[in-house]
Amino acid sequence: MDLSFILIQALNGLASASSLFITACGLTLVFGVTRIVNFAHGSLYMVGAYTAATLVPRLLEMSYGPATFWAGIVLSALVVGLIGILLEILLLRRIYRAPELFQLLATFGVVLVFQDLVVQIFGPQDILGPRAPGLRQPIEILGRRFPSYELALIIAGPIVLGAVWLLLRRTRFGILVRAATQDRDMVAALGVNQALLFTGTLFCGAFLAGLGGALQIPRVAANTGMDLSVIAECFVVTVVGGMGSVPGAFLAALIIGQLQAFGILIFPKSTLVVVFLLMALVLAIRPNGFFGRPEATGGSHVVGIASRAPVRSGPLLMIAVLVVLAALPLIADPYLLKVATEILILALFAFSLQLLIGVGGLVSFGHAAFFGLGAYGAALAVKWLEASMFVAVPSGLLLAGAGGALIGAFLVRLSGIYLAMMTLAAAQILYAVAFQWVDVTGGDNGIIGVWPPAWAGPRAIYYLLTLAVTAIALFGLTRLIDAPFGYALRAARDSEPRAESIGLAVRRHRWLAFVAAGAGAGLAGALYAFSRGSVDPSLLGIPTSVDALTMLLLGGIQALTGPLAGAAVLHALRDWIMPLTPFWRLLLGLSIITMVLIFPRGLVGTVFHGREERA
Amino acid sequence: MAKTSMTRWLALGLGLALAAPTVQAQQAPIRIGELNSYSKWAAFTVPYRQGWQLAVDEINAMGGVLGRKIEIISRDDGATTGDATRVAEELVTREGVSFLFGSFLSNVGVAMADYANQKKILYIAAEPLTDAITMAQGNRYTFRVRPSNFMQVGMLVDQAKASGAKRWAIVAPNYEYGQSAAEVFKRLIKERVPGAEIVAEQYPALGKIEAGATVSAIEQAKPDGIFNVTFGPDLTQFVREGNSRGLFEGKTVLSLLTGEPEWLLPLKDEIPEGWTVTGYPWDEIKDPKHKAFVDTYRAKYNDTPRLGSLLGYVVVNMIRDTIERAGSVETEALVKALEDAKFDTVIGPVTMRGLDNQSTMGAWVGKLVLKGATGGMTEWKYNDGASFMPSEAEVKATRKD
Repeated sequence: MDLSFILIQALNGLASASSLFITACGLTLVFGVTRIVNFAHGSLYMVGAYTAATLVPRLLEMSYGPATFWAGIVLSALVVGLIGILLEILLLRRIYRAPELFQLLATFGVVLVFQDLVVQIFGPQDILGPRAPGLRQPIEILGRRFPSYELALIIAGPIVLGAVWLLLRRTRFGILVRAATQDRDMVAALGVNQALLFTGTLFCGAFLAGLGGALQIPRVAANTGMDLSVIAECFVVTVVGGMGSVPGAFLAALIIGQLQAFGILIFPKSTLVVVFLLMALVLAIRPNGFFGRPEATGGSHVVGIASRAPVRSGPLLMIAVLVVLAALPLIADPYLLKVATEILILALFAFSLQLLIGVGGLVSFGHAAFFGLGAYGAALAVKWLEASMFVAVPSGLLLAGAGGALIGAFLVRLSGIYLAMMTLAAAQILYAVAFQWVDVTGGDNGIIGVWPPAWAGPRAIYYLLTLAVTAIALFGLTRLIDAPFGYALRAARDSEPRAESIGLAVRRHRWLAFVAAGAGAGLAGALYAFSRGSVDPSLLGIPTSVDALTMLLLGGIQALTGPLAGAAVLHALRDWIMPLTPFWRLLLGLSIITMVLIFPRGLVGTVFHGREERA
Repeated sequence: MAKTSMTRWLALGLGLALAAPTVQAQQAPIRIGELNSYSKWAAFTVPYRQGWQLAVDEINAMGGVLGRKIEIISRDDGATTGDATRVAEELVTREGVSFLFGSFLSNVGVAMADYANQKKILYIAAEPLTDAITMAQGNRYTFRVRPSNFMQVGMLVDQAKASGAKRWAIVAPNYEYGQSAAEVFKRLIKERVPGAEIVAEQYPALGKIEAGATVSAIEQAKPDGIFNVTFGPDLTQFVREGNSRGLFEGKTVLSLLTGEPEWLLPLKDEIPEGWTVTGYPWDEIKDPKHKAFVDTYRAKYNDTPRLGSLLGYVVVNMIRDTIERAGSVETEALVKALEDAKFDTVIGPVTMRGLDNQSTMGAWVGKLVLKGATGGMTEWKYNDGASFMPSEAEVKATRKD
């Protein structure tokens, strides 16, 4: 490998790092001030790219020149900034007082809405933007050609860093932003207009996302997959750098850029995994990223299941529900039974997440890791050991439990958003392994032919089987929550220092919670694999994790039955809307946003809360 | 009084119940399930949907088939194997469709083939190109219309012989389609071009190419020929970076599908001239039947056709003929009617080879050239698929059924 090649490859890395930093910087600002993990940040980036790819050619027609081009880029970013303001005023402002995770759910809804809107407004075809005037010709470096636009990008990163630094250090707005990043409540107590501060921050964040997207148009065609592909990398950058830290994001972006540029030489087939391995490594050594601080106010915002007295009519009610569910095959057609089977499985999946979030206060963005491990465990047992379903399902459960033990061991050292991001990293590493270890997992094709034995094949039988297994698992998990173990977890959630001071082994309890939740989700995954006959990497993907969170939050994290209701509502809604219209994402997104606004405590939570208020 | 009226009602009900089936038999449409990646791969699938809609409208305007109208129930397959089989299940059990067609990505196609085999229902893979669908994973319920990777790569490798390029680099998306195409290419180039070697291989994840780094990595290996399998957003980035850095200058480039308007149009004037590609020069095909199709399509949608449009149109017309010959929509009858069936399509005669359920539809092979503001194909030629299909012995050795 000669020097010129290494230099060029490093420059490639720098160019990617610059664009990644510009986008991630907005995410980290928004998180620092509002504590919102904005999943819609990637959508804003995508809108920026589409706007610029449409707007800039029109402007260039009017007057061709570098000034027009760069003005068009900034203009597009401003448009996106305005969208950010609208987002804050119309949606986020209304739910600041809801539990923090609810804002996350609202941003999931926004992601779905934007996915459909972009196709409607800009058309289905990818749009390649014009090349930058004045930067069309490549320049020669050590005998190799290098695009001059990439050099401009390399410069743009530090310029944005400088501008943000000036904004934060030299303006009153910046001082307030920094103050809010350190202690939001204090800033509010000092009489600062929070609404204005938040709107301003959202504008900055959206502007940077839009700028990051707009700068891509000469090298990347604006396409509908941009939002999700950038958001995962942005998370890595912000987490590795330390949430809320702009210089940290810059450093992290530089490292990731180089890793990707040289990674493809060493592992041309494992590009996906290196980024998340870096994140796992950094968090294992520095639990708050490079420049992040431990959260000063950690714990005070945590909500979840409170202690509760056993309801006397509870067991009777449960039995009644079970009987009704068991009678379903008498009236339902095969398709309805399939949907019902899936709802049961997803309910177990969401309930196992409830053990972590609602009971333990351990927010997981990567619960799909365990669901997928369970599904792959079962499918691999079928493929390589030719196991029957009765061996395959427990092996899925075991694999996921073991995964929970391993991942949990890394996780219990972390807290808050870093823990959440580490779970995401774990899920993404597993996703990358499933996706790129083609010989064992079948890669993107997955593993097919995972069918139940002939006698369990009919939908009604498989449904009853699933019902029995999930009922037992749910019962077991409920017992766990009501046992001293569950109380200890709750104590640690509400106040870690106090729980430790009375002698609770907080980390061990949390580790056990990960094992139990992992096994529960794994069981769900194994059942799911047999219900549809195949597994593929998407079971481990971000959308699956998001699904679990959505079901849990829709139902309500303060109620034990919340995730069950959430699973039923979300899956039924999706099943009902999807065939209805090609705009199902838009409708589903809007439904989620509406539910967030109307039921800020989740469906079940709001019902219970209303009852308590009246009482 | 009450009693007589009850009897009368019962009689009326009975009469209706008896009458209903005969009325239905004449009028109930034939329900066909269709699934495709309409949101994830809109550039190809939206024109494809317009194509099959055009065919359905024409067929129904002429009275349908077997005296019944055709009704296509279409769903988004989510571009993942899991969603696709789920949607397929919904179409079959809830909508009661007689058979299925569609899908875009190769891995989804393979999963659908397995589903068809498991549930013993006919599935016509319109677009997925991987060889697995008709070879290793092939089964008697799965048929494919487009020329497979083996056939299209074979056409391209024939063109490579003349160029004299020996050192080849491969860039392909890392999933079923890309893996399958790369594998076939490696095999065929060594068989048909003596002394050829593979000097670099890059497998970016689908939709996630790091174009600058990929281009430099290929450049570093100093190939004199490049085989490209990327398409969609990956292709656009790869081409632009490659153009900027002069990667393609003085090299022979073979590229699958790049001449298809859906992937060519987004490139605008960035067309890498001189690439040898498979594609669809729709505006230069002079055959009157094809021209009529283009004119109707343009009049109806006010848009130019893509390859997807043609495919959708051809597939539904083939389906019509199949149903007519089968005389019913029973799976067994349809499968029998498809095996070794001959079809007269707007692009000429096509046979569905019964040996591997692969149609002989061909592909247009030519060189890319800039025409005004966008790209097109020049020196193109339609290659009939029949002469590029895998041999009988090979099919028998690979297929499990």
